[in-house]
Amino acid sequence: MLKHTPFYDFHVSADARMVDYSGWEMPLMYRSVVDEHQQTRNSGSIFDVSHMGRLHFSGSDTRRFLNLVLTRPVDDMVVGQSRYALVCNESGGVLDDIIVSRDNKHYLMVCNAGNREKLIQYFTAFRREHDLDFDLADQTESTGMVALQGPKVIERLASVLPVDVKSIKRYHFETAKIMLIKLSVFRSGYTGEDGIEIILPAMMAGMAMKMLAGKMDKENATLKPAGLAARDTLRLEAGMPLYGHELDENIDPISAGLKWAVNLDSNFVGVQKLREIAAQGPKRVLVGLELEDRRIARQGTTLATSDGAPVGQVTSGTFSPTLQKSIAMAFVDADHSAIGTQLSADLKGSPSQARIVKLPFYKRSNP
Amino acid sequence: MSIPNDRKYLSTHEWHKAEGNVVTIGITQFAADELTDVTYVQLPRVGATLQAGGSFGEIESVKTASDLNCGVSGTVVAVNEALTNDPGLVNRDPFGQGWMIKVQVSDLNELNALLAPADYLKNAGH
Repeated sequence: MLKHTPFYDFHVSADARMVDYSGWEMPLMYRSVVDEHQQTRNSGSIFDVSHMGRLHFSGSDTRRFLNLVLTRPVDDMVVGQSRYALVCNESGGVLDDIIVSRDNKHYLMVCNAGNREKLIQYFTAFRREHDLDFDLADQTESTGMVALQGPKVIERLASVLPVDVKSIKRYHFETAKIMLIKLSVFRSGYTGEDGIEIILPAMMAGMAMKMLAGKMDKENATLKPAGLAARDTLRLEAGMPLYGHELDENIDPISAGLKWAVNLDSNFVGVQKLREIAAQGPKRVLVGLELEDRRIARQGTTLATSDGAPVGQVTSGTFSPTLQKSIAMAFVDADHSAIGTQLSADLKGSPSQARIVKLPFYKRSNP
Repeated sequence: MSIPNDRKYLSTHEWHKAEGNVVTIGITQFAADELTDVTYVQLPRVGATLQAGGSFGEIESVKTASDLNCGVSGTVVAVNEALTNDPGLVNRDPFGQGWMIKVQVSDLNELNALLAPADYLKNAGH
């Protein structure tokens, strides 16, 4: 039985095409992937991201615990601040990529839907082994979460939300109340656009949707709903990793280009291995690719040099609505990873030229 | 759902419209909607020979890639060049401007083996 988010009725009434995503029945698309993608780049979209895990940590050892399992310590975080980090295993492989936020009395961790159960088990065992004192409360199903993303989102919501959204800095959040609804508003997202993400009580979700987005069915609405398919093309253009593609338990964050999210001076699980990898230089690295023809190089596509030697594998590929080009991310042997390198992508036996380009593929003009 | 009555269909969602002994082939609205935004259509060259029951190309969307099948044997006499730069035509007008190829057929009787509109709809679950 698939789980439903608090916005399920909205998706059904909006006639979304639904899909099973990590055990949740989620909207894949409402209109068309390209339309929803462009709407996000040009104006704004509202995404239901309630399937993502929301874990609350409180108690005396919370900070110590987070410092031990996250690739960046949380000590210097102030109330109202968020931070991207990885949870690694002893060999430096990624168990999940998460965003941790510091609130008054607790820390909140937003994790991937598909890793929620795994993390809870791991954290619970970790607490026992290290004799730590903290509470872990899974609030995923008692709350909802939406992402509002796009260049017109902040202006549009300034008049709706009782917080000064314009003054919230990137990777910070504020808590506010609309009537009886308590909302946490985060300046973050997964599309390459400016925008916010909001966590709110599940029972208020339906009402909040209407308040936040207003009329979304008009042709020229500032905000329209967008599904998981557009979320994927948007994050890929923005060069952002997706767990299960660019990250997994056998991929370390240094190789995945996430060294900026790893503090090698900190003492966390996996740090020894990551220090070795950083010192020696990763053997394979994550690169961006632009393909010569319009065909898509999907996950698993082999990349070879001009003389046929296999040197890499695609992790994600799509047709970029913004660039109007077939793009991909891939792990490639470090020796063949220089910008401009020409590789051959094996698309079902017929090759397409792929050139290594700088990531991200897309950068918004007003950061 | 309604579909044009002036043509025949394959259960794999390709329509075939005969004008004299030239058959135009494309895909149905249902197939285009299922694929979502088409990003690439690979078509044969003019002059290529096709066999009924074989594949004449490939269509790809953000979501998936899929073979294009033909229900007649013959020679390709035209391909829709507009799809090279604007594959979205397949989504916007699958039964019209989104056509794919025209085939000069050797045996028009092959069309009899294809589905009538009503049977196609039944087959596609509508």
